[in-house]
Amino acid sequence: MNYFQLFNLPAKFDLDLTELGSRYLKLQKQFHPDQHSSGSERDKLLAVQQTANINDAYHSLKQPLMRAEHLLALRGLKISHEQRSFTDPLFLMQQMELREQLAEIDQSADPDAVIDTIERQLQQQKKQLLQQLATALDSETAEQDQQAADLIRKLKFFFKLQQELELIEQQLQD
Amino acid sequence: MAYSNKVIDHYENPRNVGSFDKDDDTVATGMVGAPACGDVMKLQIKVNAAGIIEDAKFKTYGCGSAIASSSLVTEWVKGKSLDEAQQIKNTDIAQELALPPVKIHCSILAEDAIKAAIADYKQKHGG
Repeated sequence: MNYFQLFNLPAKFDLDLTELGSRYLKLQKQFHPDQHSSGSERDKLLAVQQTANINDAYHSLKQPLMRAEHLLALRGLKISHEQRSFTDPLFLMQQMELREQLAEIDQSADPDAVIDTIERQLQQQKKQLLQQLATALDSETAEQDQQAADLIRKLKFFFKLQQELELIEQQLQD
Repeated sequence: MAYSNKVIDHYENPRNVGSFDKDDDTVATGMVGAPACGDVMKLQIKVNAAGIIEDAKFKTYGCGSAIASSSLVTEWVKGKSLDEAQQIKNTDIAQELALPPVKIHCSILAEDAIKAAIADYKQKHGG
């Protein structure tokens, strides 16, 4: 299913999220099962199914990584369920170092300052990778699509780091 | 999700955690990661003049199954030749640790890590 088509939006990475939100609400109203309570069983079932599709589509398009994965899938490059290992040694070395920094936060004299520094670093890296991803996806060539897939894989590591950092922050507050 | 006793054992008492000096000529390093869960795994082997893996160390940031898989592999490769270590299959790891289907990718990661380390050694020593 083409999620962009469902919302009648152009299939682009650079998406107007406000517009997506309002179209989502409109569609949701239109297909809400309550609107079809007087219809046949088949109509009711279809409305439930359509509501589920609309929700899936909205949540996928809202998040940049899932949106990018969906765009690539529409172009025939499916990476969302891949189990292949990522093997870029330099990138992984950097990830390992960041993980080590996270693990040492609680031994620091000023954990909050360390968290702030790492947080800034993560945000900056993510921003940079997302910009590269937008450029790669815009060019719509097979080669750039492969590049985009690799950028998505890298970004996933950074989103994971972000989660871990938030977890540590939470634990320190408790 | 319940972990098997073997996973818990490796997780609580991981074998061979740590690092070798990567500039040591007898040391080779395999780095792999799983984008889906953000796990990162480093597996190092120390190979003697006869081509036997004398020692192995790992460092893994990930779930219990990923840590257990890499810990187990460091135990398995010790005393093996590079060719023998190359034969280690993720299915053997998954079976030994009784990994559930959703954790099979952790055993794949460990197999890929040892293969990457062997490839690194061969590259360092001219094939």
